[in-house]
Amino acid sequence: MTALPQSSSAHGAMPHPASAGGAAAPTLLVAHGLVRRYAMRRGMLGRAVALRAVDGVSLTVERGRTLGLVGESGCGKSTTGRLVLGLEPPDAGGVTFDGQPMPPLGSAAWRRLRARMQMVFQDPLGALDRRLPVGAQIAEPLAIHRIGAAAERGARVAELLRVVGLRPDHAARYPHELSGGQRQRAVLARALATEPALLVCDEPISALDVSIQAQVMNLLTELQDRFGMGMLFVSHDLRAVRQVSHRVAVMYLGRIVEEGEPDAVFREPAHPYAQALVSALPHPGALRQRIVLQGDPPNPAARPSGCAFRPRCPVAVALCAREAPALQRRPDNRMVACHLAHGEAALRKAA
Amino acid sequence: MLRFLAIRAFRALLTIVLVVTFAFVVLRLSGDPALLIMSVDAPPEAVEAFRRAWGLDEPLWVQYAKYFNAILHGDLGRSMRDGRDAILLVAERIPATLALTLPALAIKLGIGIPAGIYAALHRNSLADRVVMLAAVAGFTVPSFVLGLVLVLVFAVQLGWLPSGGQESWRHAILPVVTLGLGGAAVLARFTRSAMLEVLGQPYIRTACAKGVPWAAVVRNHALPNAAIPTVTIVGFMVGSLIAGAVVVESVFSWPGVGRLLVVAVANRDLAVVQSILLLVAGTMVAANFCVDLLYGALDPRLRGARAS
Amino acid sequence: MEALVRIAGLGVSFDGAAALRGIDLAVQRGEAVGLVGESGCGKSVTWLAALGLLPGRARVTGSVRLGGQELIGAPAAMLDRVRGGRIGMIFQDPASSLNPVHRIGRQIVEALRLHRGLAGAAARAEAKRLLDQVGMPDAARRLDAYPHELSGGQNQRAMIAMALAGQPELLVADEPTTALDVTIQAQILELLQAIRREAGMALVLISHDLGVVAEQCERVAVMYAGRIVEEAPAAQLFAAPAHPYTQGLLHALPPIDGPRRKLASIPGGVPEPWAMPPGCAFAPRCPHRIAACDATAPALEERAPGHSAACLLAARTVQEPAFA
Repeated sequence: MTALPQSSSAHGAMPHPASAGGAAAPTLLVAHGLVRRYAMRRGMLGRAVALRAVDGVSLTVERGRTLGLVGESGCGKSTTGRLVLGLEPPDAGGVTFDGQPMPPLGSAAWRRLRARMQMVFQDPLGALDRRLPVGAQIAEPLAIHRIGAAAERGARVAELLRVVGLRPDHAARYPHELSGGQRQRAVLARALATEPALLVCDEPISALDVSIQAQVMNLLTELQDRFGMGMLFVSHDLRAVRQVSHRVAVMYLGRIVEEGEPDAVFREPAHPYAQALVSALPHPGALRQRIVLQGDPPNPAARPSGCAFRPRCPVAVALCAREAPALQRRPDNRMVACHLAHGEAALRKAA
Repeated sequence: MLRFLAIRAFRALLTIVLVVTFAFVVLRLSGDPALLIMSVDAPPEAVEAFRRAWGLDEPLWVQYAKYFNAILHGDLGRSMRDGRDAILLVAERIPATLALTLPALAIKLGIGIPAGIYAALHRNSLADRVVMLAAVAGFTVPSFVLGLVLVLVFAVQLGWLPSGGQESWRHAILPVVTLGLGGAAVLARFTRSAMLEVLGQPYIRTACAKGVPWAAVVRNHALPNAAIPTVTIVGFMVGSLIAGAVVVESVFSWPGVGRLLVVAVANRDLAVVQSILLLVAGTMVAANFCVDLLYGALDPRLRGARAS
Repeated sequence: MEALVRIAGLGVSFDGAAALRGIDLAVQRGEAVGLVGESGCGKSVTWLAALGLLPGRARVTGSVRLGGQELIGAPAAMLDRVRGGRIGMIFQDPASSLNPVHRIGRQIVEALRLHRGLAGAAARAEAKRLLDQVGMPDAARRLDAYPHELSGGQNQRAMIAMALAGQPELLVADEPTTALDVTIQAQILELLQAIRREAGMALVLISHDLGVVAEQCERVAVMYAGRIVEEAPAAQLFAAPAHPYTQGLLHALPPIDGPRRKLASIPGGVPEPWAMPPGCAFAPRCPHRIAACDATAPALEERAPGHSAACLLAARTVQEPAFA
């Protein structure tokens, strides 16, 4: 069993992601055209209606880099996280991990793959077994995947605890004896036990206090620096996503509507929904003119024709009702799914 | 709506059929009725004749098919003891049973529910603890023990009340109380939990913050929500109006349906047992069906769109 | 000017453990005050105690005066009139804060009946007007809707309408947007501002989200472990926070623009009510701690006009983030 790599970066300012290295990071995970449908019944008497939680999502996660997935409730970001891990089979499209297609759910190959990809959830108390001390739960993946001899696991657990900022004596504690932040650290320690190449975090800090959120965000970036994991960071919190991500994708009603560098996307969002999202962010400081969307987030079971955002979009035109825009690359390397964002040329071409 | 009702009705019928079939098979496999009805030293030819007369010599599935056919035509068979129609025998006993179980139900509802509500509103007070202790005692003590104890105290020692039979209204007091107290205990406990659960909900706090006086909060906001789970238990109690008194009727020699069932089972009086079971299953299923409908009326979340 | 609500020395303890340890706060007529802090600091308990909404096992001491009336220990009938009639309160998670078996219209009419004596058709018409005022689409039909048939944002609008029905002078909003999406949050906050302007109503906005509070409120109080540790006009609080805890909170917030840096997080965690340190509750986590901090809890003292902080060292303005 190899020892954990020592942290190479010193304390202090973390390297700005845009300047880290010149060579392109090798691709770890590729998802293309993912679709996931659920059947819903309207009323006691109604026919079944298909709800597309994820409607054609393609993304890549690179080694040592974080892709942030941001959106509001019902946009499909959590479902995407599960599809990417292979926890649910897609109804269309596929996932390729490290060059290999995702094995079928539940197969032996799929189970072996769990050692290389892990998930961190929103509710750390729910993610931990109430009846087992956290040390035993951190050691569990090692036992399942038969990593190292049983005798060495204790030392490994102690080292993992240290890496996430807990003390060795925390191993004997039960989850309810730890604070929220400590529990989330324990969950991270467990996720790291098998040295996964990919970490999917689904709202990992939403349930924590502000000061603890900062600690966990720091920890995640530190762990990524040290272990070189690829990360998919799913959250509704734009600030958190900007903090930890190298690239960000904004989702709306099952589709990615914008994708690009976090600083660029949040400073100058191209898609009207992304603009509203960034503008809605409460902000100590001068009150600027805010874009307030009218109406409620749409029902995924009643998808509008054409562009899904059209009913709430302040700048929608006739074309938007006829044709759903595809996610296309702009000259400034931004991916946007909006007829208007690609400028007049696109509108004239489509008219 | 129609589809919902149709499914429920189908399930109800299926339950009844299964109960009746089960009873049918078990009864016939568990002992020869002929030997039990005729005395031990009866000549073998008489026993054979009896068997032939009642169709007991035929294969099981033939008997079942005939029986099923008969039911569909409204004929539930005859008692082997005295040859009368089973359905009449049972029917004439129903009023006696209801004379016990209906007042008992009134006691269960009239004592159990208020006690449970009071305990929940005064949680951890002396009254709450007393009610809970009484409730635990009420449902751990088996009904025949309670019945016999009451007989011992009130009939034997004090001589205030008669110990058995059905001569006057006084004879009904002890059996009704026995039945009622046990059920009241269960209901008190259950109502208390339902109320406590509801009182801890955020919307109760909102109602208080709105300035609604506490009595109105309990009456208009808490009780309607606590009624939803309570209705399940009450439905169960209503469903056992016929069958729930078997033990008590035996203890107090009360000539009701329960007593008839005990005697008929002992004698393998097949038609009577099956008729009673059919009646019991039917009552229980009907009560549950009504509870399902009542849920829809009480809880608007159960009507309308749901995700499967 | 006599304050609308004056809280003095408010203390609350549950089973011997103190949740609130002496709160002094005043809300003027028409003012928007923000109350910010992390979980367990007592920000919600303060106002639940003021309105007598805490469970029976809570021990409340101190004084809360509304106009001239004392609310702590007031008779139930008087409190029922104040709740909803003079001080309205809305809560987090509107879906579970509304009675699931009553229609929205009925719940609003209940408040109208209690505080404004309206009934029947008049009450229904007023309920519809209230729903229109809070921006509920298709208000007439929504009167007959159940809470589970509405979205989170619509439910919160209904709650606000219900709280406004009694025409209160003060609205206490306890984390009103925490359970809602960011775009809906923007709508609800805008609505609260509009209502305040129209009705001249005072607002107490309780939140853990500094950004929300900064935008909506004129004055902000920061709470920690059952005490107010800093109070200042909003702009000043965020420009020049005096208390180390406020500084820590601000630096823990990831910036949405500007250079990305490692977040300055506050080490450790909030102390439990039964294990409160002697002296300043924040001292164990404070980078500026000195020996005197552990001796007695510092009082909330004015450091600059309108700006108070409960810190022995707050006189010194600290510009650099102390947490690294």
